[in-house]
Amino acid sequence: MPDTSTRPRTLVEKIWDEHLVAEEPGAPSILAIDLHLVHEVTSPQAFTGLRARGLTVRHPERTVATADHSIPTHDRSLPILDSMAAAQVAQLEANCAEFGIPLHGIGSPSQGIVHVIGPQLGLTQPGMTIVCGDSHTSTHGAFGALAFGIGTSEVEMVLATQCLLQRRPKTYEVRVDGRLEPGVSSKDIILALIARIGVAGGTGHVFEYTGEAIRALTMEQRMTICNMSIEGGARAGLIAPDDTTFEYLHGRRHAPQGDAWDAAVERWRALPTDGGATYDRTITIDAAALEPMVTYGTNPGMGIPITSRVPSPEEQSDPGQRRALERALEYMDLRPGQEILGQKVDVVFIGSCTNGRISDLRLAASVLRDRHVADGVRVMVVPGSDEVKREAEREGLADVFRAAGAEWREAGCSMCIAMNGDQLAPGQYAISTSNRNFEGRQGKGGRTLLASPLTAAASAIAGVVSDPRRLPGVEALAVVGGR
Amino acid sequence: MTVAEPYAAFTSKVVPLPAENIDTDQIVPARYLKVTDKLGLAEALFRDWRFNENGSLREPRFVLDRPEMAGRQILLAGDNFGAGSSREHAPWALTSWGIRAILSTGFADIFRSNSLKNGVLPIVVDRARHEALFDLVATDPEAELAVDLEAQTVSLPGGETFAFDVDPFARLMLLAGTDEMGYLLRHDPEIATWETNHAARVDSRLPAVG
Repeated sequence: MPDTSTRPRTLVEKIWDEHLVAEEPGAPSILAIDLHLVHEVTSPQAFTGLRARGLTVRHPERTVATADHSIPTHDRSLPILDSMAAAQVAQLEANCAEFGIPLHGIGSPSQGIVHVIGPQLGLTQPGMTIVCGDSHTSTHGAFGALAFGIGTSEVEMVLATQCLLQRRPKTYEVRVDGRLEPGVSSKDIILALIARIGVAGGTGHVFEYTGEAIRALTMEQRMTICNMSIEGGARAGLIAPDDTTFEYLHGRRHAPQGDAWDAAVERWRALPTDGGATYDRTITIDAAALEPMVTYGTNPGMGIPITSRVPSPEEQSDPGQRRALERALEYMDLRPGQEILGQKVDVVFIGSCTNGRISDLRLAASVLRDRHVADGVRVMVVPGSDEVKREAEREGLADVFRAAGAEWREAGCSMCIAMNGDQLAPGQYAISTSNRNFEGRQGKGGRTLLASPLTAAASAIAGVVSDPRRLPGVEALAVVGGR
Repeated sequence: MTVAEPYAAFTSKVVPLPAENIDTDQIVPARYLKVTDKLGLAEALFRDWRFNENGSLREPRFVLDRPEMAGRQILLAGDNFGAGSSREHAPWALTSWGIRAILSTGFADIFRSNSLKNGVLPIVVDRARHEALFDLVATDPEAELAVDLEAQTVSLPGGETFAFDVDPFARLMLLAGTDEMGYLLRHDPEIATWETNHAARVDSRLPAVG
């Protein structure tokens, strides 16, 4: 075991050291896992493997499941028409029943996208190790948890042993100084970071987001940033817990109660990185200099400030990057040097584990209130969970969306991954609050522009990519505030 | 139980795929993730780069569908192969097609981990070597490489050999044809001790609140 008494340590190192079960020469560390999140798409083969080996689930009470990826977001009283999706959801239900795993399935008031319901239920807590067969597990890092996506073979190992074999990751500090301007949000911070370092910039590392701008963010805004750590190549991205974290967690269903709460907070206060601890790499971003960001290409690193122009392949010195840009612009059917402002959009998607929480919907609704979406534009608003849906309905946000001409759907991953029938037609342009603009991600042949909820909503009204800062009343669109 | 056989040395011609940052959504589009087993994913592999809407092969054909590529086991890919989604369907599909090793300047972390658990060996080479390999297969598309995991070497036509790094533990697992589950299960006493010393952080079975 390493000496943990005197040496200054980072947040990641503290969590790692506490969860180290064993470490043998030549082998990766055995790391204990506090919480395992399970969904229908990446788990069936793992349960099949357990049965074949005659194994059981070691800690069903440290495991929790939901159905989110392949489920429809229209009327939930109807059966799932896609027979393969229906079979997959049925298998999840059968697996959870057989192994005693709590399931927040279709029809449950706590169903939702796995990375929305974990925090909402208070299951996600500081200092924990959290895994899921889903790369956006990095979301939970917003609470100061070491949370990362795993493959199905690893899902099987965690089910059987509540442990995982891992090599100690390197650390990468992303310091965001200053304050965001009105109309600029946490989504723009993470898109700007990835545009700077590229989609492989964080490979082999875990991000820790620090600095004044990060501290000023709400928990939901922090989740948006940590969620997309994987798009910068890092399996995990963390933010040290603070009073904002504790305030969010207090009173949630699975959060510690009473004396246990006080003890937990005391333990959590020791988690932040010690003064004098060092990171393997560091980058600094000036929040005040950021604009709303939009992607123009086919990976999340191909993003630009909304007032700039699409880059030209000729300006790229690296031949590989030149070819990649040429290919991306051909797929996107965008011209080198064109303004991204004014680019027409056919579909607007507001939702996902990146931006499908209540504060995201409040921002989008603040733009759409008393306005109407442009003719011919389809706007889908998909809440991240059933609880988010109920809250949005209670606050009247759903009425705002419907009155503006948007579709108000049931909770799920929906058009972020386009497994459930919610998808683009070939050639269509979508501006989306989701996390991936890969070729075909939102439907075969579909073209995705990633942006914040504010930018997506502003674009919905105009029918073209629009700068939310030009809307009247944008000063009132507080970037900070709300639970 | 993913790795069925010991990973033996082999010789193969090369499938060149120079694009960078190929994400796992391209390797297996999401609509093919509704399966509940690992079989039959070869037809999903690079589906939208290979097939038209009506199911016919695209022209010009994607590299995997050129007749001379059939049976090749080595993929030579652009930087940061396997980015994005954690779907293990990506290596399942690659092995279904027959790929056993991928050479690139870099791999995404989760893809690398998933590949090593499924008998797909990710081999990282430096930029100069990467360019030289693409030059080699451009000059001689029939060139054969010999991959020897035990020796951690790749041999080129003409006898030149270069060494590569691989996680020593993953190498042992591949050579033995086993996976990590047995290793973890053998450490049950240490796991039990850790659990005795560390209280559970959550109980996910708490009753639902209406």
